[in-house]
Amino acid sequence: MSDSKDLLRAPFELAYNYKRSNGPVMSKFFDALGEQTILGTKTSAGKVFSPAAEFDPETHESLKDMVEVGPGGSIESFSWIEAPQSHHLIKKPFAFALIKLDGADSSMLHMIADCNEVDLSIGTRVTAAWSDTSEKRITDIKFFTLEK
Amino acid sequence: MKRVAIVGYAQHPILKNAGALNEVELIMPVVHQLFNDLGISQKDIDFTCSGSCDYLQGAAFAFVEGLSAIQTNPPIKESHVEMDAAWAMYESMLKIQMGDAETALIYGFGKSSPGDLDAIISLQMDPYYISPLWPDRVSLAALQARVLLDQNIITPEQMLATVIEARANSKNNKNALITDLIDESDYLNNAMVSSPLNKLDCPPISDGSSAMIIASEEKAYKFTDHPIWIEGIDHRIESSNLGSRNLATSNTLQVSMNQLNLKNIKFDVAELHTQFSHELPFLKSLLNLQDVPTNLSGGPLVGNVMMCAGLDAIGKTYESLKENQFTHGLAHATSGPCLQHNMLVHLEAQK
Repeated sequence: MSDSKDLLRAPFELAYNYKRSNGPVMSKFFDALGEQTILGTKTSAGKVFSPAAEFDPETHESLKDMVEVGPGGSIESFSWIEAPQSHHLIKKPFAFALIKLDGADSSMLHMIADCNEVDLSIGTRVTAAWSDTSEKRITDIKFFTLEK
Repeated sequence: MKRVAIVGYAQHPILKNAGALNEVELIMPVVHQLFNDLGISQKDIDFTCSGSCDYLQGAAFAFVEGLSAIQTNPPIKESHVEMDAAWAMYESMLKIQMGDAETALIYGFGKSSPGDLDAIISLQMDPYYISPLWPDRVSLAALQARVLLDQNIITPEQMLATVIEARANSKNNKNALITDLIDESDYLNNAMVSSPLNKLDCPPISDGSSAMIIASEEKAYKFTDHPIWIEGIDHRIESSNLGSRNLATSNTLQVSMNQLNLKNIKFDVAELHTQFSHELPFLKSLLNLQDVPTNLSGGPLVGNVMMCAGLDAIGKTYESLKENQFTHGLAHATSGPCLQHNMLVHLEAQK
């Protein structure tokens, strides 16, 4: 074996360096999120998707009308992580959850923290806690917490 | 529809860590085993199609290297799906239907051991609303498990029974990775990974490969006296908007069931690509398989090679029909979170 100092080395960062456009619907959703407001898209039949969907997956109707929803909502389902992994954003026990925001008919996947597993069940009320800095990303909602 | 048959299937022993064995070295033995069993070579194959995931290898177009496992000179007709190889079989079916091929070789491969599978699968999700939250595959599956438990569609006892039976059934599968038996207390003493799923509710990290050969009716009998016919195949996908799906059922699977007229078929055996313990009782109930022996191979809970396990469900159904003189078999392959994309394959032994 050669001495390790003899080996040729080159930096290699594994990444998919694509730039994505948010498009007309999601741009509005993320702009509003930066202002701590959650939007949804509304179908002609009055069904509201939040996070904003570009089309109704059932009818394929293109969606443009935006309405404000949340910031409170109820838990549709959750999974509790007692020991977070290194890639998780929250480093203490937390939940991934599907949260149906007030005024919406679909659920948002997000995280719930600052609580214990026993505090949570389907139907439990939660509300958005905001990140300190706005990046116009889904993580502008830091996580959800129990509604007081 | 032209009749198409499976004429051969081979599976690499499922490994916990293939180590220095690279993907090509995993594919070669299964392809060559098939060729040797049937007494044919790459020259007898009109179309070759593979299924794998570049994210697992960590490089764009990494799948191209897989072709080093087969003879590509003189040039061959070939394709790849960034999906489970069950969908490579679907593409090959279409190719035969179109009249572009009479025979097809399908292979799938995956090494999950080198990376962090939970993190990698997160990257494959919706890049706007879901990936930035880094949800791991177990937590996403657990969301569906909780809905099914909450609505009494399945019970915790069924999940326990699924895990115990999978390990007992591993004796039927010479390639199984997990073969040790467990009892109820082993199960209950296992820590939750993402509640309500504990470690034993989840499939093992697995490395391996599989291959299959299908052929038109004309060619099938040249390869074997006992082809197994693909009598029906249908696949449908649900919305990528996880929060808009009803996780308590699968509307798309029900459409597929009607499409294949499943209610009029008495199945002798089924192999379902159910990676988590709650998925087996859920799908057995949805597909009306309560009285049908299911996952006699142990299924994904005893070995779950990413991008192969769906093809393996088809392959294990094929083997079951061949070895047990059964007539009808049902295979299921899936992809995406919470059984988002499903394929059903109705296989029939020749009467």
